[in-house]
Amino acid sequence: MNRPRLQSWIVMGLASLYFLVPLIATFEFSLRLKRGEYSFEAYRIVFADARFQESFLFSASLAVATIVLLTLLVVPTAYWVQLRLPKLRPLVEFITLLPLVIPAIVLVFGYLNLYSSASWLPLTATPMATNILLTCGYCTLALPYMYRSVDTGLRAIDVRTLTEAAESLGAGWATILFRVILPNLTSAILSGAFLTFAVVIGEFTIASLLNRPAFGPYLQLVGANRAYEPAALAIIAFLVTWACMGLIQLIGAARTRAMTAPVEIP
Amino acid sequence: MSFIRLDHLRKTFGANTVVHDFDLGIERGAFLSLLGPSGCGKTTALRMLAGFEKASAGRILIDGTDVTDLPPAKRNVGMVFQAYALFPNMTVAENIAFGLKVAGKPASGIAGRVTEMLALIKLPDLGKRYPYQLSGGQQQRVALARALAVHPQVLLLDEPLSALDAKIRVSLREEIRAVQRALGITTVFVTHDQEEALSISDTIVVMNDGRVEQVGTPFDIYNRPKSRFVANFVGTLSTFNARIAESGKDILLLDGQPVIAPDLAARPAGTTLGIALRPEAFSLGESGPNRLSGTIGEVTFLGSIVRLRIQLAEQTFSMDTFNQPSQRPPAVGDKISVSFAPTDMLLLE
Repeated sequence: MNRPRLQSWIVMGLASLYFLVPLIATFEFSLRLKRGEYSFEAYRIVFADARFQESFLFSASLAVATIVLLTLLVVPTAYWVQLRLPKLRPLVEFITLLPLVIPAIVLVFGYLNLYSSASWLPLTATPMATNILLTCGYCTLALPYMYRSVDTGLRAIDVRTLTEAAESLGAGWATILFRVILPNLTSAILSGAFLTFAVVIGEFTIASLLNRPAFGPYLQLVGANRAYEPAALAIIAFLVTWACMGLIQLIGAARTRAMTAPVEIP
Repeated sequence: MSFIRLDHLRKTFGANTVVHDFDLGIERGAFLSLLGPSGCGKTTALRMLAGFEKASAGRILIDGTDVTDLPPAKRNVGMVFQAYALFPNMTVAENIAFGLKVAGKPASGIAGRVTEMLALIKLPDLGKRYPYQLSGGQQQRVALARALAVHPQVLLLDEPLSALDAKIRVSLREEIRAVQRALGITTVFVTHDQEEALSISDTIVVMNDGRVEQVGTPFDIYNRPKSRFVANFVGTLSTFNARIAESGKDILLLDGQPVIAPDLAARPAGTTLGIALRPEAFSLGESGPNRLSGTIGEVTFLGSIVRLRIQLAEQTFSMDTFNQPSQRPPAVGDKISVSFAPTDMLLLE
């Protein structure tokens, strides 16, 4: 093995240890609820807990709502920027990156000031309104991931020519967007959607300060009062995230295979 | 009255005018090509006709209707793009049916029209394939069928053959022409390939720097270019500087060798003129009225023809001779005599 290759393997090994050792340790710890033996008792308790199911279902529902809202917001925006306003691209990219540099705590305090029950738009006055506000907050947090996924997808297809071809065939904007552009962005939107799902499932700050029964606050609550169950929950959360990543890879690979499949030309 | 009227069109992007005072009439059923080098404004003119670019000034009339301010979707103009632009998520049949569905045609009518179009482009069995499962030539035929399916009043072709390899290009251009003739549809074709334009068009518009240089039949454009640009851009041309030998006589001295010119009018002796000759105007030997002797400087074998670069005392020119498999082509350094007819000579102003 030559020297640069060996160095690469050493770096790869060290990085793997850095990520895997805490994970393996957490997993191992989560199996030690029963003294003197390994068991999945902690997982059983977690899955049997009604609050786990409720909070996970709540977060999953909000994740779906976030994905739908974000798709409706991001796809037309990214499409329009690519097609008609390419000069605005740096500005739009800057705006979409802001959630990565502005802490969620700043965002939620802004929400609480702006949408308190005494304000002209009291979005924190009822649980339903607060859920809507929380969904909007999730949209903000997931914006960088969804925008980048969709923008990358749009760059991979010839948006301008496809749009012009559809226009010349008599199509209006809605037809072009929903029948030509959107179906060609499926894998890009799914990538963004899975990332959004992972972000929403693990989010704590906004949900906690808005006092909503989401999965993030539940994780924190369990972590503060139990020993083994939080480790089991951490592993479950990891698995959910990894499943999302795996799905992105699968869809991407399937699309690549379909596009590069050998074809018999008569 | 012309079927399409482009009435003093102008297009500017900021301070840059890319199409100047473009004035053109196109007859119903004609096949017209916009020919010119990259950046000459031919695609912009086509895009204005399609509605993708808004004209800065002037009017566009199709069949007497002013469409200048109509969006592309309302012009009933079919367009074929260089990059095919088939919708990747749809099958061939769905691509062809797209415009008909948008127009709200009944399903039975759509199915019939799709079958008809697939037969027209000679791909009757490929309706269920996706674009990525087709070759470039097949994709462009599908794009043509999709554009024609909606019964457009005008067909616009924006360099549709540029992305294809040479052999497919030739066969597809013949197919496009055959389909155009069969349907009698008025067609505007943009190309930078002179051979393509000459072979396919009823009329050619040669453009340069946003302006129309010449409008004419392929024969006129090739044989009677009206400007030095057209003469140089269309076909291969050898240009010479020649001096008038004697006033009142149509005789020029070309590197000291006398040649008869078509009509020099009353230009004074000693005046230097630019003249041009096509490579195919020359023939080997001394049979014609004008003869030139020189030395072969370069031989290029082009398959069916052999192009010779011939050196005179100071100037060089190209001539084409047919390849004859039983004869060895002339070699570099050989002395050679060629002749040409005075009427083949183009006087450049």
